[in-house]
Amino acid sequence: MARDMSDKEILKMELEQLQKEVKNTREPVSKTAKEICEWVEAQSAEDPLIKGVPEDKNPFKEKGGCIIT
Amino acid sequence: MGEMEQMKKEAEALKTQIEAARKAVHDTDMASAAAGVAPAPQVQLKTRKTLKGHLAKIYAMHWSTDNRLMVSASQDGKLLIWDSHSGNKVNAVPLKSSWVMTCAYAPSGNLVASGGLDNMCTVYNLKTPVIKTVKELDAHTGYLSCARFLSDTEILTSSGDTTCALWDLETGKQKTVFLNHVGDCMCLSLSPDMNSFVSGACDSLAKLWDVRDGQCKQTFQGHTSDINAISFIPSGNAIITGSDDCTCKMYDIRADQEVICYQDAALNSGVTSLALSTSGRLIFAGYDDFNCNIWDSLKGEKVGVLSGHDNRVSCTGVPEDGMCVCTGSWDSFLKIWN
Repeated sequence: MARDMSDKEILKMELEQLQKEVKNTREPVSKTAKEICEWVEAQSAEDPLIKGVPEDKNPFKEKGGCIIT
Repeated sequence: MGEMEQMKKEAEALKTQIEAARKAVHDTDMASAAAGVAPAPQVQLKTRKTLKGHLAKIYAMHWSTDNRLMVSASQDGKLLIWDSHSGNKVNAVPLKSSWVMTCAYAPSGNLVASGGLDNMCTVYNLKTPVIKTVKELDAHTGYLSCARFLSDTEILTSSGDTTCALWDLETGKQKTVFLNHVGDCMCLSLSPDMNSFVSGACDSLAKLWDVRDGQCKQTFQGHTSDINAISFIPSGNAIITGSDDCTCKMYDIRADQEVICYQDAALNSGVTSLALSTSGRLIFAGYDDFNCNIWDSLKGEKVGVLSGHDNRVSCTGVPEDGMCVCTGSWDSFLKIWN
């Protein structure tokens, strides 16, 4: 609970975290973004909210009812 | 120089170093990387069901892994379990405290959980002849903003006390406390492989945590106000956040930075909730202005809107099979769209 901590304790916690994070490796966005795009694009073809749900296979469709002609 | 001054100086130097390291790998952004991707079609979804039954504002909803049942929580003091195919209520769980802020369905379907201003996470067994409270998880010193089951024996919570916690449901005790945020934690999302999770907080930061060792691995900056909603994309390589600063952002985990911002000059309402379609291509973001905007996650463009609620959209959820999106609102209704 950061609320119980003194300003000094909070600063120490933030500093220790920064000391850890500065060592993280970071990959180029050109590589990582491309991989995300490829994954998402590949999955999009089968994404029901993109390709649409056929009326007869839609489990949420209102069933029954009368049609007045 | 005093000790605190010394620490501040060192912290500033490290922040500068980290920004430089991020800049060094920022050789493009998501919209540019996605330039060759065909635009997502304009998405026009219809309301298929309106679930009526709550008597006050709905604050949270969560789908069961069976893609059919869902739980919703309202400040009318109830959890309702719905059969989304028929629109019928299957169960009602009266809450000891009506100030509920979150609810969750266990992957097994056996348990649900709720929590809020009572600072507790209460777990209920749906499979006993009469629904029973099985545990009251009581250790947070602030409100419970979000809960997510890992299994029938473990649950993750986020709290207004600035911490997240992993609980053992057999003992009712916290196994791990995740402390690093300096503002109320508002939301959390488990990674697809369940080894990590991300949290969003009122300190405008999103943090990535290792579930098992309790360590904060990465911190994502950029938002200028509370982060109210957060989700991993289905591949696990990025997260989407939604904030009171009226924007959503995608943070790339391996590049350790923001790669796209979903914003519109015309939008000046905070983001309350978000959910992704199964491919991760569509982001359904609920706003204070009563709408749910649909964003193309790769191109950053708005591709649709879900209008129909008469008050703030407080929660959104897409079931695992991706067959619909559900929105819940302060107008007391839930709507199912596809």
